[in-house]
Amino acid sequence: MPQSFGFRAAFCAALALIAGPFTPALAEPVTSFTLDNGLNVVVIEDHRAPVVVQMIWYQVGAADEPRGHSGIAHFLEHLMFKGTDKVGPNEFSATVEAQGGDDNAFTNWDYTAYFQHISADRLDMVMELEADRMRNLRLTEDDVATEREVILEERAQRTDSDPGSLLTEQMRAAQYMNHPYGIPIIGWRHEMAALSREDALSYYQRFYAPNNATLVIAGDVTPDQVRALAEKFYGPIAPTPDLPPRDRPQEPPQLAERRLTMADERVSEPYLFRTYLAPERNSGDQKEAAALTVLAHLLGGDGQTSVLARALQFDSQVAVYSTAYYDGTSIDTGSFGLVLVPSAGVSLQDAEVAMDKVIAEFLKTGPDPAALERIRMQVRAAEIYDRDDIFALANRYGEELSVGLTTDDIESWDEALGAVTAEDVMAAAENVFDRKNAVTGWLVQPGSEEGAAE
Amino acid sequence: MIRAFCFVAAVTLTGFGLPARAELQIQQVTSPGGIKAWLVEDHNIPFTALEIQFRGGTSLDAPGKRGSVNLMTALIEEGAGDLDSRGFAEARDGLAADFSFDSYDDGVGVSARFLTENRGAAIDLLHEALVHPRFDQDAVDRVREQVLSNLRSDEKNPDAIASDAFNAQAFGTHPYGSVGDGTIETVTALTRDDIIAAHAGALARDRVYVAASGDITAAELGLLLDRLLGDLPATGAPLPGKADWLMPAGVTVTQFPSPQSTVLFGQEGIPREDPDFFAAYILNEALGGGRFTARLMSEIREKRGLTYGIGTYLVNMDYSDLLMGQFSASNEKVAEAIMVLQAEWTKAATEGITQEELDATKTYMTGSYPLRFNGNGPIASILVGMQMDGMPIDYAVTRNAKIEAVTLEDIRRVAARLFKPDALHFVVVGQPEGL
Repeated sequence: MPQSFGFRAAFCAALALIAGPFTPALAEPVTSFTLDNGLNVVVIEDHRAPVVVQMIWYQVGAADEPRGHSGIAHFLEHLMFKGTDKVGPNEFSATVEAQGGDDNAFTNWDYTAYFQHISADRLDMVMELEADRMRNLRLTEDDVATEREVILEERAQRTDSDPGSLLTEQMRAAQYMNHPYGIPIIGWRHEMAALSREDALSYYQRFYAPNNATLVIAGDVTPDQVRALAEKFYGPIAPTPDLPPRDRPQEPPQLAERRLTMADERVSEPYLFRTYLAPERNSGDQKEAAALTVLAHLLGGDGQTSVLARALQFDSQVAVYSTAYYDGTSIDTGSFGLVLVPSAGVSLQDAEVAMDKVIAEFLKTGPDPAALERIRMQVRAAEIYDRDDIFALANRYGEELSVGLTTDDIESWDEALGAVTAEDVMAAAENVFDRKNAVTGWLVQPGSEEGAAE
Repeated sequence: MIRAFCFVAAVTLTGFGLPARAELQIQQVTSPGGIKAWLVEDHNIPFTALEIQFRGGTSLDAPGKRGSVNLMTALIEEGAGDLDSRGFAEARDGLAADFSFDSYDDGVGVSARFLTENRGAAIDLLHEALVHPRFDQDAVDRVREQVLSNLRSDEKNPDAIASDAFNAQAFGTHPYGSVGDGTIETVTALTRDDIIAAHAGALARDRVYVAASGDITAAELGLLLDRLLGDLPATGAPLPGKADWLMPAGVTVTQFPSPQSTVLFGQEGIPREDPDFFAAYILNEALGGGRFTARLMSEIREKRGLTYGIGTYLVNMDYSDLLMGQFSASNEKVAEAIMVLQAEWTKAATEGITQEELDATKTYMTGSYPLRFNGNGPIASILVGMQMDGMPIDYAVTRNAKIEAVTLEDIRRVAARLFKPDALHFVVVGQPEGL
């Protein structure tokens, strides 16, 4: 049976669990240059197949929205398919598909990206289309009204129908007391319902510009070809003067742990979710982020060998599932998370106590040197495996450049991971596991003892 | 030894309007021991992707043992030979090899990738898992609890509720009619002996299909096949028979507290061997493809904003062929969405599609096909799927020509035969208004 199908506008989930823990850069030739109008261009060569991926990354996302208009970044992403002077409504995708290509887009707090995957000899066509809609979007009130219904359906399907998504949304709102990372990308429903054509256009005109974008072309192309095409199609677009700096409101010192319990009748298996603020990757300084990446893998990266799984699923039967993650590819402060699904008959309270005991124990004993050695091997292997997936590579460069990292940072990330020592992991753990910076969420059934206890 | 394997066929995938790889050579390799595999050699990146499928899957569960193949598959990586669960995982990670095991209605799948430098050790480890899994009682109990936890979650998951209701009505007592994961009762009752029996029945050489892509030669693959699979039993459990389609037309509503209703709908489909299969394939793509220009996406999402997405699929399982689809819509909109869908179904049955739609769909399908072959992992996966579906080794070469050959007349003929608005059944889970 078909399990799922993908549609435009996958707003990235808060948990970066899908990506593997190690995503180092690779040995493929990567070239970058900047056009006179400020457009950054990155070319990743892979000549195994005559195929190309074009991705354009606008350095603007949900965290750059005007207050009270949540969801406008993602809404605009949908509306970008509605046509220009040259391209009729919904003709953008039809034109790409008619050439055998696929296209889509996605929005995050820090960026908005559009992509096409197509035969390499059609790169000029998709570049012309993408360059055209950087400036020439045309929107009717009808387009906006209908598409607003679509994004409300999207929210209903992906968030409101899923208690786990709702808990995550509530927890982020508590985790970020001042920073807009606490506002959902899809938007709060009441604000989404009020988003207008003017909201979309003013956001578009303010932020969509060649000097606010990174173009990533990956596949069977040469840097010279890409430069010539990029100059032809994107080159004539005038830059936007005085782009606003990306200074978002920052977090004040967090002085008190936050706890919340959400009851939902659709919950079957109660679970607990803990997040901590965590330092993000920074250009020229990725050491702590690398240590946190390794820490997450050690604690919860593998169902058989990780510290949490061993203690709570093997040595005791406290939990049926545990994991840990670190999400640090962001402009501002990232997060570190722990998830635990207790075994039948184990209360969330007992599970949480057990989890905290494991963390406290880890802070005393530190990582198993053999586990660190295995991680180094996996990092080295990831460099090889990752070369197989051109789309994932383009995505990595686009995302990491969009959050302020450089190609040097991207290419030295594997080295940073490989250099992480036991002491680095301990220092990062000591720093991140501060309950004053933490939010603990319990997802429970209504009327359960745990729901009532709060 | 190296002379003992032979190439039965070698096919070069060229001549596309949009070729995938300049030269994608698919070789058939036969091991010295007689195990066959399809291979694409590509020595650019020093690793190999390997895909193995055993036909049968969860449909092989013995009476009263529903869920045994699923639990067995989940236990393959929980210890093998001299290694317990943790030892196995450490050995695997130390080699930086990736293994995953998966069961579904028609098969048990194994996906592996390993570095060239570790190939021998990785294959030995995978061999232990496939041939000598330990099924230690503590692992059985631990993983069983995970399966039970998932089953309890499914009871409150609208997608799972819809799928269960759909399958039960469509297939009754055939294995397709119930969930391969089993029920809380059957899984709770499974013993270690049941798991051992499920393993012996499901993983056998008489039902195995293999494909590889990457940094490995035909000779190396031939030897690897025997080393990896040669010790499996020659035969496994009997395969199930055909599943009769039992679902009448209509609407089934299951109440579930949610702002949206989840809808699964379907009717009987068309076998892959049918001379009109490709016409049906194009018609389905034009009507219910996941693209924004497909009719249902255009009518139900783009024009009316009734859903975030809708798709239909020709589902060709080993023992049944379906035409089915799915979408979600707010409770107050779902009745309208179903009405539009039924009208489109009728329109497709009576009018087919236009020449413009046919041309555009053909260009999309033929142009996008080569893009799927984008890496060793996807190539191995496609090649093993082709074998499971009984395709000839030159399918990848001939497939686009078969699509090109379809005429509007073919589409109309198959549309009238396939699309049965009076036979459609809708399973709706939510709090729909007006249904």
